[in-house]
Amino acid sequence: MKVERAKLSWLERLYIPSILNGFKVTMRHFFSWKRSGVYADKQSDFAAKTTMQYPEEKWPVPTGYRGAPYLVKDVDDNTKCVSCQLCEFVCPPKAIRITPPGQSGEVDREGAEKMPKEFEINMLRCIYCGFCQEVCPEEAIFLLKDYAITGESREELIYDKEKLLSLGGADERAYDHHVQDGVDEGIKKWEKKTEDAKNQPAFH
Amino acid sequence: MAAKDTKPAVETVTVKVDGRPVEVPRMTPNWEGKPEPTTVLQACKQAGIEIPHYCYHPKLPVSGNCRMCLVHVAMPGRPGPDGKPPMNEDGTPKVFPMQLPYEPQTPRGVIGCATGIIPGMEIYASSPETKEMREAVMESLLINHPLDCPICDQAGECKLQEYSYDHGQAESGFQEFKVHKPKAIDLGPRITLDAERCVLCTRCIRFTKDIAGDDALGIVNRGSYNAISTYPGEAFDNNYTLNTVDICPVGALTSNDFRFQMRVWFLKETKSLCTGCGTGCNTTIGSRENKMYRYEPRQNDAVNIDWMCDSGRLDYKWIGREDRLAKLKGPKGVSAWPSALKAISDHLAAAEKGSVAIVASARQTNEELFLLSRLAKHLGAATDSVTRKGKADHLLLVEDRNCNTTGAQLTGITTKRVGSKLTSIAKEISAGKVKTLIVFGEDVTKHGIDAKLLKKVTLIVSDILPNATTKAADYLLPGCAHAEKRGTFTNVKGRVQKFMKALEPPGDALPEWEVLHELAHNVTGLDEFRSIEGLFNCMADEVKAFKDAGLTWAGLGDQGADVKF
Repeated sequence: MKVERAKLSWLERLYIPSILNGFKVTMRHFFSWKRSGVYADKQSDFAAKTTMQYPEEKWPVPTGYRGAPYLVKDVDDNTKCVSCQLCEFVCPPKAIRITPPGQSGEVDREGAEKMPKEFEINMLRCIYCGFCQEVCPEEAIFLLKDYAITGESREELIYDKEKLLSLGGADERAYDHHVQDGVDEGIKKWEKKTEDAKNQPAFH
Repeated sequence: MAAKDTKPAVETVTVKVDGRPVEVPRMTPNWEGKPEPTTVLQACKQAGIEIPHYCYHPKLPVSGNCRMCLVHVAMPGRPGPDGKPPMNEDGTPKVFPMQLPYEPQTPRGVIGCATGIIPGMEIYASSPETKEMREAVMESLLINHPLDCPICDQAGECKLQEYSYDHGQAESGFQEFKVHKPKAIDLGPRITLDAERCVLCTRCIRFTKDIAGDDALGIVNRGSYNAISTYPGEAFDNNYTLNTVDICPVGALTSNDFRFQMRVWFLKETKSLCTGCGTGCNTTIGSRENKMYRYEPRQNDAVNIDWMCDSGRLDYKWIGREDRLAKLKGPKGVSAWPSALKAISDHLAAAEKGSVAIVASARQTNEELFLLSRLAKHLGAATDSVTRKGKADHLLLVEDRNCNTTGAQLTGITTKRVGSKLTSIAKEISAGKVKTLIVFGEDVTKHGIDAKLLKKVTLIVSDILPNATTKAADYLLPGCAHAEKRGTFTNVKGRVQKFMKALEPPGDALPEWEVLHELAHNVTGLDEFRSIEGLFNCMADEVKAFKDAGLTWAGLGDQGADVKF
């Protein structure tokens, strides 16, 4: 196919107006930093700095961002994971590895029946797809907002159970969600279960 | 009838399943093998339609208590005063869909597992009425069932899970609190009961009473508080308790050995055999990432029906033991298979006739024993094996605890009196007549050939676990467990059955048949096959009992074949 070149006018052939137009666009972008949500926290002071001093400065991670998957605890600071291994099963890059507890169940509180003996996520393998969060029947694993996963060796980037639990912390998001649904105490699944069992007539 | 004289004519009945006429035998063997009228459930199965059920099990007496197999049926009318059945206007026999007598607009179901078929019956296996009945039964079974699937070991192979996907609803109509029954009850040394999950199908009760012959279980309490229990203070501890875990359609009965070990959907299933005794129960190995997690019985009506004993089922841990022999050992300069096999072949080829003795194991496969007997014939070697006895029981376990004694006898490794030649072999060693001893899979120091005698011979040992004989070995060839290779065993009744490879052997370990094939090739010039299939077919051609039965590797199938001996 033959493309006809557009015939340039005299003004266009002069070249300078196009350069000025380019400057105009650049300047518009330069002064529009205030409108961007990424620099929202800078709107207060009018210092026109548009370069973020990463890693000292961090951008506010938007809601729904899929960062690193961590294990979360319930409002009573208890491990929620029951070692069902569905996340291990669904994980496309096979980043998750769970060691089931065996007969003892490895439980640390009354009412619980089963917890993982070991829970490892290889952060080098993780592709942040969020399948583990979606499949988890206990709402025990969430992709939180961490995006800069760094380490000095491969071994260091295989996070174990203790590390995942301490990074995950208490699950505020799931808690809030349930409060909005009208359950005032939030999710205290084990507590509710133990309470129910206490309230029923004695089992003969 | 068109049936040939060679086959006795089977009396058949024609019924309609979902509007399709199906011809089924009038009688079907029941759990004991005695003929009984074919049931609606069996007729549907033959028509290719599975009726959901919990309490029905083909190898257990019918109890009909779970109600899951409810189906709507229509019966042909009774003959009138004229002796003729009622007819439709178009001349076809009239059928009457079953309905509640006091509420004629409501269809009435029958339980498929216990309702015999009659000619002209119509079974509506997939009709909306049947579907509604199933949904109602499902909802009622789930009233008190906990939502435990993430914790429950049965998840993935749970009938309740499967049927609630198929016939259940997302929401329950019941607002009441669930009844919380006791969890993790210690029912016996190998069984943990979760009473909440139980659907009270009584399969376990019937199994232990009618099959295992130990009336140990029963249901206690009433209504919602129904629970499986043993007699107070008694343990559920016969040697067949773990079968109740297999037949439990839900996760109520769980095996202590498998409890919280691995989710079932990760397990690779491999057809195998139990090596605990001479019965050779058909099993399925569940393994993941080269670790074996469990044995499950595999149905074979000619051998173990659907069961296996607890002692056999739990006899697998040695396969993954830490101290497995994984390193090939030999004299100086021999550290790998090629050099070891060459050195042994040269040694055997140079050996004087009669200066070699072989002690094989009746736990080896037919193929390995056959290759050993080939070697023995060429070398003029005395061969024998070791006997292992235990207490037999009434169901599966037999006295002979070697899994392949019959194979050792048929291949000529040993005689009717297993182990009778061991003393003469010991004598010949001390007399200096036998200069080379080949030992496969046995600790001969426990059978009359002590460490002092072993020092007098060139000792070639193949074994799986370390013992006094492997310590004394000049050549130590690490071998494979049955789960790590393929082969066949012949059970005490002469059934040849094959097993498949589930795991990779550790370290240097190689299947014994490969090693023996190499040696037999170097020493005797055997060169007829490359694979285990070829080896089996070669053996089946030479061993008389196998030849008479016309065995081939492919012909054995999953269920094996009988030989006469």
